[in-house]
Amino acid sequence: MSAYIARSSAVAARKLGSDMIIMSARDSSLFDLNDVGCVIWEAADGVTPLDEIVRNVVCAEFDVAPEEALQDARELVREMASFGIMVVSDQPIAPEAQ
Amino acid sequence: MSLMREMNNRALQLGVPLSVQLDVTYRCNERCVHCYLDHRDYGEMSTAEIKDLMRQMAEAGVFFLVLSGGEVFLRTDFFELLEYARALSFCVKVKTNAFMVGEREAARLARLHIDSVQVSVYSHRPEIHDAITKLPGSLKRTLTGIRLLRSHGVKVILANVLMQQNLNDYAGVKALARECGAEYTIDPTITPMMDGDRGIVQLGIGASDLENVFRDPGLVGNVEEFCKPPVAVDDDVLDELPCSAGHTACYVSPYGDLYPCVQFPLPSGNVRKQTFLDIWRNSTQLQEVRSIHARDLEGCSECWHVGSCTRCPGLAYMEGNMRGPSSADCEKSFARTGIPSLNMRRKAAARDSLVQIQGFAEVLGSQMSAPCREAV
Repeated sequence: MSAYIARSSAVAARKLGSDMIIMSARDSSLFDLNDVGCVIWEAADGVTPLDEIVRNVVCAEFDVAPEEALQDARELVREMASFGIMVVSDQPIAPEAQ
Repeated sequence: MSLMREMNNRALQLGVPLSVQLDVTYRCNERCVHCYLDHRDYGEMSTAEIKDLMRQMAEAGVFFLVLSGGEVFLRTDFFELLEYARALSFCVKVKTNAFMVGEREAARLARLHIDSVQVSVYSHRPEIHDAITKLPGSLKRTLTGIRLLRSHGVKVILANVLMQQNLNDYAGVKALARECGAEYTIDPTITPMMDGDRGIVQLGIGASDLENVFRDPGLVGNVEEFCKPPVAVDDDVLDELPCSAGHTACYVSPYGDLYPCVQFPLPSGNVRKQTFLDIWRNSTQLQEVRSIHARDLEGCSECWHVGSCTRCPGLAYMEGNMRGPSSADCEKSFARTGIPSLNMRRKAAARDSLVQIQGFAEVLGSQMSAPCREAV
């Protein structure tokens, strides 16, 4: 079963060059996502499954094998979720749950 | 290198205005004795104008947005603006006196996940704080607001402007911050009025008091480190930029005027007449500010303090020359290290010459015509 991902509402975020700068409102921790992380972040709308994001967005923009990309993407969203800046669920995520 | 520093460097390379202070009003319910603003309303930007500006700023790459005033809660649309700012994903900091923060406001601020609320507190004693704000009961209301914010988990910073009137109370304010679970910051600088009137500057603390403040380990930590002699001046030091004003940061007034910083009132454009990005990229005033490096500073570039001085280009501008020294910062460098700045030495030498001329004039005074005596 694929995961659904959504950006937490408790963050500030802005694209700086090709990177995404994210600050957690919880403790003001600062995160910097590279260009691949940036497209995953921007596509994390709570209703598009992660494997679809990887297939249609990441693999379309970057020269990377789908299997490898999905594995890396899962690792990245797990890490972001552990810091509270990304919400991950096995069901679509309503905006109020973000 | 910290991520914050790296982000600043990247923003500088890319020409991105990373941080903006937007004053949404100059109106205020307090009348602080040292305030640099004219509190009358000359036609503030409307809700729609501010929202449009915020959208432009987000597109330009602004990440940190400081919403300040005046007192921000005097705008009845303040929460509408705040919600819009958060929907645009800004990292929002709010500056307020918290007088109007009740249970409902505190809960709403917490739900919006703003970064922090900075509240001005001048003393832990009502008679001192209220005398500075000229609003009876203000400390009590402010502290209620702070405690409500903290009870909802909002990060609060107590900002303590230091002047003669509250010089002996900073330890009390710091203890108050600790008790409330808030952070504490102190600022011994009194900024001249935005129209250039320097009358309020005399409210600031004197040189010897500043020296004592800078030697208080409770404020500065390691006194020896903080007060160490100036660093050696080399090419790297002389290539440094004075501060972020106009480089990665700017300020917008309630009337849409854009300046390099709230403390640097060099008119650089108006967002009612031009787009934010057009001013940011093309303003001749901002380009001039950006062209100044430490080696270009008149007097300061040869000063031994140039590598460690907190020189504010805005205060220098208000003294008459954005490339010149800022006397307040010369005094800080002196209070910190005990070594007078080059500017201070030159001024002292000029005073000495003046005394000699005056002495000479006194001898000749009776022989000179009145206009000549006035000229001397």
